[in-house]
Amino acid sequence: MSTVATSQIKLTPEHARPRASVRSRLQEALPKIVLAPSFAITVVFVYGFILWTIYLSFTNSKTFPSYAITGGRAYQRLWNWTFDTDPPSSWYTSITNMGIFGFLYIAICLALGLFLAILLDQKIRGEGVLRPIYLYPMALSFIVTGVAWKWFLDPGLGLEQTLHQWGWTSFHFDWIKNKDFVIYTVVIAGVWQASGFIMAMFLAGLRGIDGEIMKAAQIDGATTFQLYRRIVIPLLRPIFLSAFIVLAHLAIKSYDLVVALTSGGPGGSAWLPSNFMYEYTFKRNEMAVGSASAVIMLMTIVAIIVPYLYSELREKSR
Amino acid sequence: MSAVTTPARQASGGVNVKIVNRIVIYGLLALFALFYLMPLFVMLVTSFKTMDEIQNGNMLSLPKAPTFEPWLKAWGETCVGLTCAGIKGYFWNSIKMVVPAVLISTMLGALNGYVLTKWRFRGATLVFGLMLFACFIPFQSVLLPMATILGSLGRFGVTLQNTVGTSFGLGNSTVNLVFVHVVYGIGFTTLFFRNYYEAFPTELVKAAQVDGASFFQIFRRIMLPNSMPIFVVTVIYQFTNIWNDFLFASAYAGTGDAMPMTVALNNVVNTSTGVVEYNVNMAAAMIAALPTLLVYVLAGRYFVRGLMAGAVKG
Amino acid sequence: MAFLEIDGLRKRFGQVEILKGIDLDLEKGGFLVLVGPSGCGKSTLLNTIAGLETITSGEIRVDGRAINDLHPSKRDIAMVFQSYALYPNMTVAGNISFGMEMRGVPADERQKAIDKVAKVLQIGHLLQRKPSQLSGGQRQRVAMGRALVRDPKLFLFDEPLSNLDAKLRVDMRIEIKRLHATTGTTIVYVTHDQIEAMTLATKIAVMRDGEVQQFGTPAEIYNNPANVFVADFMGSPAMNLIPATIGGNGGDLAVVLDREARQPITLPMANAPAGLSAFKGKPVIFGVRPEALTDPEGAERNASQIATADCHIEVVEPAGSDTFAVTNLGGKGVVARLRADANIQPGTNTPLAFNLTKAVFFDPATESRIR
Repeated sequence: MSTVATSQIKLTPEHARPRASVRSRLQEALPKIVLAPSFAITVVFVYGFILWTIYLSFTNSKTFPSYAITGGRAYQRLWNWTFDTDPPSSWYTSITNMGIFGFLYIAICLALGLFLAILLDQKIRGEGVLRPIYLYPMALSFIVTGVAWKWFLDPGLGLEQTLHQWGWTSFHFDWIKNKDFVIYTVVIAGVWQASGFIMAMFLAGLRGIDGEIMKAAQIDGATTFQLYRRIVIPLLRPIFLSAFIVLAHLAIKSYDLVVALTSGGPGGSAWLPSNFMYEYTFKRNEMAVGSASAVIMLMTIVAIIVPYLYSELREKSR
Repeated sequence: MSAVTTPARQASGGVNVKIVNRIVIYGLLALFALFYLMPLFVMLVTSFKTMDEIQNGNMLSLPKAPTFEPWLKAWGETCVGLTCAGIKGYFWNSIKMVVPAVLISTMLGALNGYVLTKWRFRGATLVFGLMLFACFIPFQSVLLPMATILGSLGRFGVTLQNTVGTSFGLGNSTVNLVFVHVVYGIGFTTLFFRNYYEAFPTELVKAAQVDGASFFQIFRRIMLPNSMPIFVVTVIYQFTNIWNDFLFASAYAGTGDAMPMTVALNNVVNTSTGVVEYNVNMAAAMIAALPTLLVYVLAGRYFVRGLMAGAVKG
Repeated sequence: MAFLEIDGLRKRFGQVEILKGIDLDLEKGGFLVLVGPSGCGKSTLLNTIAGLETITSGEIRVDGRAINDLHPSKRDIAMVFQSYALYPNMTVAGNISFGMEMRGVPADERQKAIDKVAKVLQIGHLLQRKPSQLSGGQRQRVAMGRALVRDPKLFLFDEPLSNLDAKLRVDMRIEIKRLHATTGTTIVYVTHDQIEAMTLATKIAVMRDGEVQQFGTPAEIYNNPANVFVADFMGSPAMNLIPATIGGNGGDLAVVLDREARQPITLPMANAPAGLSAFKGKPVIFGVRPEALTDPEGAERNASQIATADCHIEVVEPAGSDTFAVTNLGGKGVVARLRADANIQPGTNTPLAFNLTKAVFFDPATESRIR
């Protein structure tokens, strides 16, 4: 049995007692003392640094940080670049790529992950072999993934050449060298890496569904297709949400894959905002602009994550 | 259990439909297995081929005369930037960085999780929420200040070196990366342990208190011995993440001898001097992938659990 | 002076007051059961005695000494938890001796104490096993062993039987009672099961919403419930609480029970409690336990006041040792407890005997007893 109190055990006293010795008071504060360094580190190196970055984005920092506030010029420039489509500015390319990559990466991973999970959930012999095969790319670094796919998609070496050798000489696949299509190769490699994990999430969700609900639906005469469409998939809603959060956050953070797979693509045509930030900050000596782009990335994540975390933590503490 | 058994199909469809269904399902599953295996397969066979065979042969064919040469070359001779001593040094760099970073962040996570669940105080949820959010930030938003701080610490280290005779590791790239990975890893490790200890019976802690065990005695004698599964999960998760990291590595140890494996691999692959030795590149990529692949093969169950725990928050 | 004294104990968590001024006492060797529904604060109260939760105000004294500022391990208590709380990584022997180890008792003394307790509880053959290798009943014994080995002033039990299956629960209940009788220890015991409370306790505190509703011996609680809540909570099947009106002529009072589509039943009250006359013509709650509502032949011989009335029987439940009959009075289902062989059919009108000596009355407005 539990009361309101036992679910929020409070072992440290609410008020310091005069009789308590220094030693026992130290004992009481011990948990907080233990937690303090980690919390302090987080406050300084995460939140402090975020504020620092925001600050820098309002300065005129170039190669080195300068601490004189010069207003939102960096943002002004980013805003102007947003409409610089001919020729496309690096920023325009980055955010358009983000849109394309983010949408396709998330949508395909979700669809493929769910599809594979449903297939695997059909009492498959050899599930124990197939599951790890689908999932192992998640263990690889983006750099390795990039190297592998770079080779595989290279027109002179990989898939195209292989098909030519097999006699399909008209086959042409040079997206990785094409500035208009290079971002789609990032989608392919990204999906390859993450979809197996999304599959595992959905599979866990499917296995968690009460078998009696399924039996009831079958007795009600639902076909397998109806069963999934009307009962199972709606029940997987929380998994969709979790998977979406994971993917969105992976997508916005994606940096390594673009570097390793495309080296930024022809003329930076494969850049994502993360690459833009890195290049402007460390290579092009436009620190303020780089910081401003980092702030925009952060805000995007905040808009997605904070409501999610808030609702999760609230639920938990109830 | 949810496996949807196609209900013993009514007379309408019959056995044939069922068999066709099974064939389609297995066919699709096999096709996707090929999709996931292909790049690894290509990487692996290429790494055992001679350059000659690569240029004239088929990407998918098995090596006609398998050779270890590319692996040896990648390990000991290939050029990373201008130094041509193979990737072995960088492999050890990664090890030297990963081991302490994983151990420190895991221990801190365990302690934090213990405090946050078994010694709750007012505001504990807020503290946890703030630490949790840190897992999600795009690291670009802290990259520059951290570079500045590490730079200053490095200069301070030089001063110390000149005056006291030791820099205490300040300015050492490996130490820097360990620090960075601990700082940005404790959010995850705390999350893992908190969720695990949340389900850990509080009555055990109460019983130990009645038995007279202190804060640390409870942690060491009661919590830790019963935390093996989450330890494995956390260590694997952290190991994979830190080993695979590229952003911090390239920002804070992007050049010079302290580069971790991922940066070195990227440099090997993008070194454009002379003929590109694809077999060596692939061997290098395989070497970079092996530790995490090994962990995956040996402890896949825990690996998946870690990913799930990192995905389903709260 | 009592052995355990609790004075004006209050516990607030944030804005919520969980314990609202608890006063209890227990003689040495007594067995106090705290009983009440989920969330009534009984476990919190036990935890404050153990020192696992702090109190906002008030005092807890054991043997004349205030203990509320002491660490749990310094209070000379032992506790048996609902989940037994055996340390899964230690053997049974390790579990039993962990407390002694923490207090720095030398190994050979620990071994002696373990052996002694193992003998009392007959768990000698289990000492080297891990908790996961034990059955529920064995775990329960080990948990008690861990408490016994401390030889404390006060034993605390937090719903120790609720994780056991029904049969084992009865066995362990008897075991605990035997243990109490042989060792003469002082026990505070929390449960939500009123049968455990009745069978084990020398004193019962019935709690609700952080307040003690009634504190007394099991017989007092059962026969003289202080209010509707206690009457309803204690006893199984529960006391019938029937909406009624007080009628009667002049000084004679009678209980009037409405019935569906029939004349009300009027039961004359000879020895009504003094307070009842004030309710003449007003509604009351008429409380009668199922065993005080029987077939006329089964009525208690020496009861001084028995009134018989025809009742429409709706359901009959033969339970083996007894037969329960359900009728409807005052708009509520009312359970009568009949002999097992009573010849009674559902759908018939059968005379039932009301043992009015055992009847109690409550004020519907305050729900407290009319005395």
